[in-house]
Amino acid sequence: MAHISVTVDGTVYDDDVEPRLLLVHYLRDRLGLTGTPIGCDTGNCGACTVDLDGESVKSCSVLAVQADGCAVTTVQGLTGDGEWHPLQKAFHEQHALQCGYCTPGMIMAARDLLRENPDPTPEEVRHALEGNLCRCTGYQNIVRAVLAAAAEMRRRTIHEPGAVRQPAGAAGTAAGTAGGRGPRR
Amino acid sequence: MTEQLAARETREVGRPRTRKEDARLVTGRTTWTDNITAPGLLHMAILRSPMAHARIEHIDVGPAGERPGVIAAFSGRDLADELGSLPCAWPVTADMVHPDHPPLAVDEVRYAGDPVAVVVARDRYAAADALEAVEVDYEPLPPVLDLEAALAEDSPLVHSDAGTNRCYTWPLTEGDYEGAMARADVVLRRRYTQQRLIPNAMEPRAVVVTPPSTGSAGSAADEYTVYSATQVPHILRIMLSQVTRVPEQKIRVIAPDVGGGFGSKLQVYGEEALALVLARRLGRPVKWTESRSEGYQATHHGRGQIQDIEIAATKEGKLLGLKVDLLADMGAYLMLVTPGVPLLGAFMYPGIYKMDAYAFRCTGVFTTRTPTDAYRGAGRPEATFAIERTMDELAAELGLDPVELRRRNWIGREEFPYTTIAGLTYDSGDYDAATDRALALFGYDDLRAEQRQRNAMGDRVRLGIGMSTYTEMCGLAPSRLLGELRYAAGGWEAASVRMLPTGTVEVVTGTSPHGQGHVTCWSQIAADVLGVPFEDVEVVHGDTRTAPQGMDTYGSRSLVVGGIAVHQAARRVVAKARKIAAHLLEADEDDLQFAQGTFSVKGSPEARRTIQEVAFAAFASHDLPEGMEPTINAECVLDPENFSFPHGTHLCAVEVDTETGRARIRSYVCVDDVGKVVNPMIVEGQVHGGIAQGIAQALYEEAVYDADGNLISGTMADYLVPSAADLPDFVTDRTETPATTNPLGVKGVGEAGTIASTPAVVNAVVDALRPLGITDVPMPCTPERIWRAVMDAQEAEEGAQ
Repeated sequence: MAHISVTVDGTVYDDDVEPRLLLVHYLRDRLGLTGTPIGCDTGNCGACTVDLDGESVKSCSVLAVQADGCAVTTVQGLTGDGEWHPLQKAFHEQHALQCGYCTPGMIMAARDLLRENPDPTPEEVRHALEGNLCRCTGYQNIVRAVLAAAAEMRRRTIHEPGAVRQPAGAAGTAAGTAGGRGPRR
Repeated sequence: MTEQLAARETREVGRPRTRKEDARLVTGRTTWTDNITAPGLLHMAILRSPMAHARIEHIDVGPAGERPGVIAAFSGRDLADELGSLPCAWPVTADMVHPDHPPLAVDEVRYAGDPVAVVVARDRYAAADALEAVEVDYEPLPPVLDLEAALAEDSPLVHSDAGTNRCYTWPLTEGDYEGAMARADVVLRRRYTQQRLIPNAMEPRAVVVTPPSTGSAGSAADEYTVYSATQVPHILRIMLSQVTRVPEQKIRVIAPDVGGGFGSKLQVYGEEALALVLARRLGRPVKWTESRSEGYQATHHGRGQIQDIEIAATKEGKLLGLKVDLLADMGAYLMLVTPGVPLLGAFMYPGIYKMDAYAFRCTGVFTTRTPTDAYRGAGRPEATFAIERTMDELAAELGLDPVELRRRNWIGREEFPYTTIAGLTYDSGDYDAATDRALALFGYDDLRAEQRQRNAMGDRVRLGIGMSTYTEMCGLAPSRLLGELRYAAGGWEAASVRMLPTGTVEVVTGTSPHGQGHVTCWSQIAADVLGVPFEDVEVVHGDTRTAPQGMDTYGSRSLVVGGIAVHQAARRVVAKARKIAAHLLEADEDDLQFAQGTFSVKGSPEARRTIQEVAFAAFASHDLPEGMEPTINAECVLDPENFSFPHGTHLCAVEVDTETGRARIRSYVCVDDVGKVVNPMIVEGQVHGGIAQGIAQALYEEAVYDADGNLISGTMADYLVPSAADLPDFVTDRTETPATTNPLGVKGVGEAGTIASTPAVVNAVVDALRPLGITDVPMPCTPERIWRAVMDAQEAEEGAQ
């Protein structure tokens, strides 16, 4: 067992975990944060995408121990003060989801795109979401939604927090406190 | 007049309402089956055969039982007394070969992935770990993979006691095909292969069963609660009772949030029965969730047919007759509707065309592969592909434009209702209107001009134009007809509408949505009929206790059967409310008008009662008409009088690079006619998703087996589900020819895009290459296959020179 301290959606969790435990299973089975679903076992579908210290990762491809000392944001952490994130709003308004299973990952991946490119073209959106599969929508409304959210975020000058890169070798060794790793928004 | 106008302005049906379902889904407040837990929950893992076909010589689960965290482990023989055969509800012929299908194999495994042992442990990792401790000795048997070779006298057998790999032969003959052929100027023969597809609902399958003593909150103490990622909670309840002999009334099935299905969750799976039986044995809740790669072997596949098509026509292009000879891959076992899937296509091969004769025959064949069953469209995409590809081939043969050939043969708008050669009566349609609109949006003539020019230049990148004019039969189906086809169940759907004392509304539906937006659409329908706010309607579904009667969701049936049942039940509520309102207003029923939720007396508009007031009056029941029951709630169990027949025209332009073999979709236009629409935003979404899945069959996806019967496209890294980067934007539009067989005029849209798009895309690819002498590219039209087709054509041309 390894001890980890992880901030997830603004709450600090201290836990002993098996070294092989996947981050997504830690989120779902240990923390009960079931908003992040699992769609495959090969890192292809992207349903489990979360934000790890300002970068989007597929949480099925990260071990829980690798998140030690890090801040994780899931789709459940996007709704600050009860207000939906512009992406959540746009996915609803543009009918960018049907069954909704891919939606958390899609939103988290789109959020990552908009952080790096606040004004993407439709083609750029399609390529940025290449690692996230949807079987229901044919993607067209997802692209619309991301563009609509981008416009709304530019209008309201909302910037997603960027990646906080630690010095090489420091990852995972940071003290397990919440210092500076509170909610990202 | 003002009142009429106001009524129209507040009308819900036809409005692009954003969905009630979304709030939970976009914020992660979801209830997927895998989210569900219970005190003492155990996790089940399944050991599967690594071989396509083998005898189990020896199996010992003992060592697995000793692994840390493991509670129990069982082989097929250990559980054989508790588990019956998995059901097939569609014995299509009286002499169909119907082998036993044990949820855990006992003596023999018949596909790679066939379950052989089960382990139950305290967490999912421990259960998975323990699988490797199960000892199994297999004696390999020969795989059976080729559909034609499987029917040969000396073929190895999938089920040796059956004495044959032929499951059934099912014919449908109308008119004199031989005579038609004799009269024909042209007889064209083509063979098409429908590759196997993996449905890939984004939510993998999962099941949780809580036994009586640990029933979940809200569950009665004396029943099993089965949570399953299923499209068919009601069917599952009946069938689980039969497989496990737990009495039906002791089983409650809940389909919580379900993440897509596309037919793959229209099934009764062995894992569902196993979880129930183990919860019974162990007295503890049991959960199983498949991994994606496991699901690729264990969740049923779709398609898998060889189609021999023969079409007879005059030199003017008038169709005389059509002959279809199918070989359909059943896989190793018959699952819920496996044998019936190709027959849903049997009625669709003639498509929208008039002809004098039709000869159809389908032979179901067992192979040592994962069983097939319904996948979006189920039989109808295969049929539409074959006729639409053949129409393009015939047009090329006759030197006609493909649009013109179709026009010469399709049913004219004035000819409806029209009974086709396959015996279906199409109620309505306007193929000219949809096609004309699509051609205009597409810029057909300009694209043809560009194509001619580029072909003349010998452009390396060829432009291809493909079309598909489809219809489909939706809303499976009139029960009487299902009986004639030997399907075990009916095709009705149930709804009840309850006006609550506070004036809000509960709609209970027997449909079981998993992405389609029934909650929103049924709210729109009920709000319109009752004249109540959209927001005041709650839709209850997917739980055999709260929505006890239903036939579930598949076959584009939910709106045209279930939605109409909601509509009818709501009208019955209004009819009952009218009696009470008339009584309270001391007026004759005939003197009441009902608009926007209010009954008023004609001529004295101040005398009025809202439907909410009437609902409370019914609840209090202090002053009701003599002899009236104290309720205005109503039910409807609706058996549809006919299928519905949406149609449309899809056009696709592709750029095909003859050096790299890459086909890129340049534009895609479709005009669908799904009758009246309840929610145009949801309809468009269904069309988009359907087209994407059809394109996926045309260009990307295939379940590939090696010569030993191993699934080699066995993970999502190997099986190419298209991403956003692989698909274009679609231009969609609609014409609206109302269905005449239901009061809303709706037709169904769930499968249309998938049915229409595959032939449109492949026709475009072939059209691009036809000047090179190429007349077909097998699906999926990958760069390699296109490149090989080009190379072969070049070699053939050089050889000829």
